Amino acid sequence: MAIYSTNEFKGGLKIMLDNDPCAIIENEFVKPGKGQAFNRVKIRNLKTGRVIERTFKSGETLEGADVADIEMQYLYNDGEYRHFMMPDTFEQYQIDDKTVGDCRLWLKEQDICIVTLWNDAPLAVTPPNFVILAIVETDPGVRGDTSGGGGKPAKLESGAVVRVPLFVQTGEIIKVDTRTGEYVSRFKE
Amino acid sequence: MKSSVANSVWQPSCDRDGLRLRAQLLAVTRDFFASRLVLEVETPALAPATGTDPQLAFFATQYRAGAEQQTLFLQTSPEFAMKRLLAAGSGDIYQISKAFRNGEVGRFHNPEFTLLEWYRVGFDLSQLMDEVADLIACWFAPYRALLPTERISYSEVFKRYTGLDALCFDLEAYSAYAFSQHLTDAIRLCGQEHSVWLDFLFSHQVQPQLGAHCLTMVYGYPACQASLAQLNQQDARVAERVELFMQGIELGNGFFELTDADEQERRFEYEQQVRQQQDLPLVAQDAKFLAALQSGLPACAGIAIGLDRVLMLLVEKESIDDVLSFSHHRI
Repeated sequence: MAIYSTNEFKGGLKIMLDNDPCAIIENEFVKPGKGQAFNRVKIRNLKTGRVIERTFKSGETLEGADVADIEMQYLYNDGEYRHFMMPDTFEQYQIDDKTVGDCRLWLKEQDICIVTLWNDAPLAVTPPNFVILAIVETDPGVRGDTSGGGGKPAKLESGAVVRVPLFVQTGEIIKVDTRTGEYVSRFKE
Repeated sequence: MKSSVANSVWQPSCDRDGLRLRAQLLAVTRDFFASRLVLEVETPALAPATGTDPQLAFFATQYRAGAEQQTLFLQTSPEFAMKRLLAAGSGDIYQISKAFRNGEVGRFHNPEFTLLEWYRVGFDLSQLMDEVADLIACWFAPYRALLPTERISYSEVFKRYTGLDALCFDLEAYSAYAFSQHLTDAIRLCGQEHSVWLDFLFSHQVQPQLGAHCLTMVYGYPACQASLAQLNQQDARVAERVELFMQGIELGNGFFELTDADEQERRFEYEQQVRQQQDLPLVAQDAKFLAALQSGLPACAGIAIGLDRVLMLLVEKESIDDVLSFSHHRI
C-alpha cells in the first residue's frame, strides 16, 4: 500500500492509524515562524465511526488503507445477515447487523447504498441521503392542521421513527433525509 | 488539449477588493515609514547563502553563465542583507519583499509570501513594540477599533494557559500536563527536547487564545528559542525576542538584534550540526553577513511581519489563499 506524508493528508484520504482504517477529515498545517512544524489532523476511525484529533510532525508518514466506497443494492435480510449486491458484477456481500449499524433503520429492498470495503471486507454501510418509505404506524392527526409545526412520531416500514407533521397518516409514503433523520415531504409517485 | 485548458482554473484566488485592499495596505505602510524617516530599501531575493535554521526549508536554484556555475538560494527572509546595510551605516531601514519557504502550504502559509521587515537603530525591544502597536493601529483604523494592545511575557502567558514553567524544563510535569489534556502525541513527538515541547504546547494550547480582540505581544522567549535575538542582560534564561498575535494567528517576529559575531557563528554552527543530524541539506554559512557583524552592527531592534496574514485579518478571510492574487494552488 502507498505511504502518505503529512503534506498529502487531504480530506477523504484513507490511512491506517493504530492498526485501524481511518479517513482524514481535516488537516491543518501549524508552524511558528521559528520552530517545529506540526500537522493537526482530524481523523475518523472507519471501524468505530469515532472522530479523533491527532498531531504529527510535518513530514511524518502513514500507510494508506485499502478502503473503497462501493455502490451496492440492498437485497434482503435473512435474519442473521443483510445481503448486498454490486449492480454491475452481481457479486454479493453478506453483512452482519453490527457492521450495518444504524443504517439498518433506513434500509429498503432494492435501494442503492454505499458499502465501505476494507481489504474487500465490509466495514460500514451508508444509506442514500434521501429515502422513500411508508409509514406503518402513527397517531391519527388533528383535523385542519396543514402546517409543519408541532408534529408527532411516525414509525416507518424500515424500523426508523421520525417526526412528521400532524396531517400525515398511517399508510402514506414520505421522503426522509437520512443524514439528519428528518421528514422532508410527502411523496407523490 | 482543449479539455485540459477548459479544466484549468486560471482565475485569481482573491476578488478585486482583495487586490485593491492590498494596494491600500502597502500605501499606508509606506506612508507610515516615510513619516518616520525610515528608508525603504531592496535587497537580493537570490543569494549564495541563506539562513541555516533547521526548521526552514529553502529553495535552491542554479546560476549559469558559460562555465561559471553557482547555487543560489531564494531568501527565507531579507534579514542578513538588511543587517549588512545597517553595518554599512544605512540607518533606519524597511523593506517589503517576497520571502520563500519550501514546503509551507496551509490555511496560514504559502511558500512565497510578502514580508515587511524593518530595523530601528538605537531602539530597544520595548521601543520597537511601541512602534509596532502604532503601525497596527494605523492599519486597523479604517476597518475596526481594537482593544488596547496586550504585552505579556512568554513565561507568564505559558503559565496562564498551561500552568507550566516555560523556562525550566520538567519532563514529568510537561508529560503529565499533555496527558491530562489528551495531547498524548506530544509525548511521542517531543521526547526530551525542551524546545519542541514549547513549540507543541504553545501552538496547541496558548497561541489559539491570544489576541482575541487586540494585538497581543509576547516577549521574553526562552533562551533555547532565541533565534537571532540577544539574551537578556539580567536573566540569561530569556531572549530579547517578541512575537505578535491576533485572533490566534502569528503575525510577526522581532528581536533586539544579536550583534556579537562570535555568538552568531556559534549559533550557525549549532544549527548546521542539527541539520547534519537530521539529514537536512547543508548550506554555507553567510560569511559576508558574519564579516558585517564583525565590522560592527549598530545596536538595533528589528521585526518582520507577514503582510498576507495582516490582510487576512483586516478583511476577515479564513484562508491566506483569499488574499493572494494567485495562491500556491492557482499558480
